[in-house]
Amino acid sequence: MIWLDTIVQGILLGGLYALFAAGLSLVFGIMRLVNLAHGDLIVLAAFLILTVVSALGLNPFVGALLAMPVMFGAGWLLQTYVLNRVLGDDILPPLLVTFGLSVVIQNGLLEGFSADSQKLSAGPIEAASLPLGPVTVGVMPLLTLISAVLVIFALNQLFYRTRLGRAFRATSDDAVTAGLMGIRPRNVFAIATGIAMVVATIAALYLGMRANFDPTIGPARLIYAFEAVIIGGLGSLWGTLAGGIVIGVAQALGAAVNPEWQILSGHIAFILVLLVRPRGLFPRAND
Amino acid sequence: MTPSMKSSATKIVALIALIGLALVPVIGSRAMVQDLFMVLTMLVLALNWNMLAGFAGLVSVGQQAFVGIGAYGMFAAVILWGLDPLIGIVVGGVVAVALSIPVAFFAFRLNGAYFAIGTWVASETVRLLVAQWKALGGGTGTSLPKGTTKEMFGVDVVKDLIGGSSSAAADALTYWLALALAAATLLAGYMFLRSRMGLGLQAIRDNAEAAKSVGVDPTRLKALVFVLCAFGTGICGALLFIQITRVTPDAAFSVVDWTAFVIFITVIGGIGTLPGPIIGVIVFYVLQRALADYGTVYLIVLGLIGISVMLFARKGLWGVFSGRTGIELLSLRHPAPRRP
Amino acid sequence: MTGPVLSVENLTAYYGDFQALFGVDLALQKGQALAIIGANGAGKSTLMRAITGILPSPRDAIRLNGQPIGHLSAPEVLEAGISMVPEGRKLFPSLSVEENLLIGAHVRTGSKYWTLDGIYDLFPILAERRYNPGTALSGGQQQMVAIGRALMSNPDVLLCDEISLGLAPVVIRDIYASFPKIRESGASVIVVEQDIGQALKIADHVCCMMEGRVTLSGAPHELSRDAIHDAYFGVSA
Repeated sequence: MIWLDTIVQGILLGGLYALFAAGLSLVFGIMRLVNLAHGDLIVLAAFLILTVVSALGLNPFVGALLAMPVMFGAGWLLQTYVLNRVLGDDILPPLLVTFGLSVVIQNGLLEGFSADSQKLSAGPIEAASLPLGPVTVGVMPLLTLISAVLVIFALNQLFYRTRLGRAFRATSDDAVTAGLMGIRPRNVFAIATGIAMVVATIAALYLGMRANFDPTIGPARLIYAFEAVIIGGLGSLWGTLAGGIVIGVAQALGAAVNPEWQILSGHIAFILVLLVRPRGLFPRAND
Repeated sequence: MTPSMKSSATKIVALIALIGLALVPVIGSRAMVQDLFMVLTMLVLALNWNMLAGFAGLVSVGQQAFVGIGAYGMFAAVILWGLDPLIGIVVGGVVAVALSIPVAFFAFRLNGAYFAIGTWVASETVRLLVAQWKALGGGTGTSLPKGTTKEMFGVDVVKDLIGGSSSAAADALTYWLALALAAATLLAGYMFLRSRMGLGLQAIRDNAEAAKSVGVDPTRLKALVFVLCAFGTGICGALLFIQITRVTPDAAFSVVDWTAFVIFITVIGGIGTLPGPIIGVIVFYVLQRALADYGTVYLIVLGLIGISVMLFARKGLWGVFSGRTGIELLSLRHPAPRRP
Repeated sequence: MTGPVLSVENLTAYYGDFQALFGVDLALQKGQALAIIGANGAGKSTLMRAITGILPSPRDAIRLNGQPIGHLSAPEVLEAGISMVPEGRKLFPSLSVEENLLIGAHVRTGSKYWTLDGIYDLFPILAERRYNPGTALSGGQQQMVAIGRALMSNPDVLLCDEISLGLAPVVIRDIYASFPKIRESGASVIVVEQDIGQALKIADHVCCMMEGRVTLSGAPHELSRDAIHDAYFGVSA
């Protein structure tokens, strides 16, 4: 029974990692951009929610709702004025620019908010738990997983059922021909990054409610998110969820053996999966 | 000036700089020696990273793995096997090479940008594994036994040569080693890039398909560069931690200290150019001194400069200078063959 | 008498230092079909890239209904009323046949003459295969999708770049059989071809290109076989 419990906790943890990763996966799928600042942007969103919540005395969920349009705008501006200029055949400039951005955001937050740990308080729901068959699960982790599934479902609907999603896929296939259809790839990219930042805000909400955060934790979260995206298969959103769960379960199992092995087991699972399937679990056919 | 005159002028300037730097422990203060030691080691790391990312197209964010394992190799040699730290440096380099082979085997399966993530995960994995190594202090790390560096091979000779305390002599010795390592790395890089293999490497960077068609095997060549750079980085890590004398997994495998700074140095100076890291490390040092009291502001400035360089001047400060003036140092172009 | 719907005047184009077009002049009258023929490397595709805005051109070198459009980007040119069937068809592999058609109407729906149903009437086989991925179709069917996709924006001018390339003669004939219906919609058409036969049958006017210049221009019946041959291959000394 203890193993079942561990696996369930791992799956729930995987939900959090999938939330971290969903925005990353979206942006990679559309413009092949690897955003090394994604983790720090999530932390930035968490501080934004914190500021809104403490200034207006709101519930974090409402705070996140208010932060979403701001983060969308930030993503749009970032893509339009910085990232669009460095996208191209050479992978180095976008990597280095997002790396620089990561350092700037992290230290900017340290300047503004100090290194103190913060938390978003969600009230009694934080400690609540539910009996679920033979195991008991926390309401907050369950909510995280449900949100991850909903976010990925919504992104898939957007991708495969809307006019915008069609433009996303067409641009991702062939930006020049998409231009001949009247699509402006740079606008498409800006919207995509905006949406990724909205997803990052949702990730930030759960990051902040579930545990303490401070300006420096972005890169560590980013690494789990990347592991989820790569294991899942580049550009596959459901694959990203699966990848998040693989990392989450591996970490939970490792931690059950020895608490010091939690992170290590996640990394080892990542390495093992890629040794067997270099293109991840659900690679896209046409890449 | 003819190319051959330019090249001899370069050699003379380089020789004067080398002699000047070599005299620092004799005529300069100990603080200056320690400062320049850090500058030279950062230069070595930057030269190695530039070779990887700038010439071989291998954007690694995991070079701290080799700094860390080099440092731990040296500590193991000294503490567990009772060897002299100078031999420990060689051990550090060898251990780094041994690590680079499985890392390459794994990371080379990942394309483009995901190579960066792969190397980063590999480095984190090694850090966490080393933190389990209880004989070297586990997660909290360990220090070199008291007096180790003072009794290091060669310290007595240096002491007789320049006078002063044993600690100062140890500093001078590690400084000279760093200077020699930097000069050797620069020279080796220059010679490698002008060799047949180096030209093949640049051909791959410019056009992988074309390079393949003339018989250059990109993967093997890149793997060779990866392993060689791991060796240089590992030696440098070992040397760094002789000077620091205390090692922890977090410090030895720090992505900020051994990779982020190194990336900024290379990018600001001029990635994919040989003089770039030298310019970059000077800018880095000046900024560090100027903004030393502001901590995080320094990093913000560094990040913003790095972003600006990528947006407006991809070849960095050296690229801008070289483009404006037409001056090329350490040119990688081959001169026309001389008539006998 | 109104002027030409599309005119090109003294158009030059460069790829870096390499000059690909040397003062090309061209006029497409409303409702007409213009065939541009020439060998590989004659500059036909460069001309198409310039007209559609993929390659930037001087502002006044290209005009649509008298308005300068040379400086416009590809999406702006489409919005102005020119759409293209690109060489090699360039269907979007992630999109189904129907989605490929719908994306043609992404920003411009124009006169509403062409709708999804209209395209399915024109090419009934596409209706059957509407949910297949575009790239799962045969070459000829893919070409139909590419033509339908370009029509979905209800263009004033339809550019077709090498639509018979790589297709069997019987398939080429089927595709060209749709052109009278396309012209009924009021669209003026430019077809760029290396394959002269089919293009000459539907064209009201022919331009021959060689080495970045228009070397011959006239109505098909006015031009002798020899003149076309010379303009195509160069005059043999």
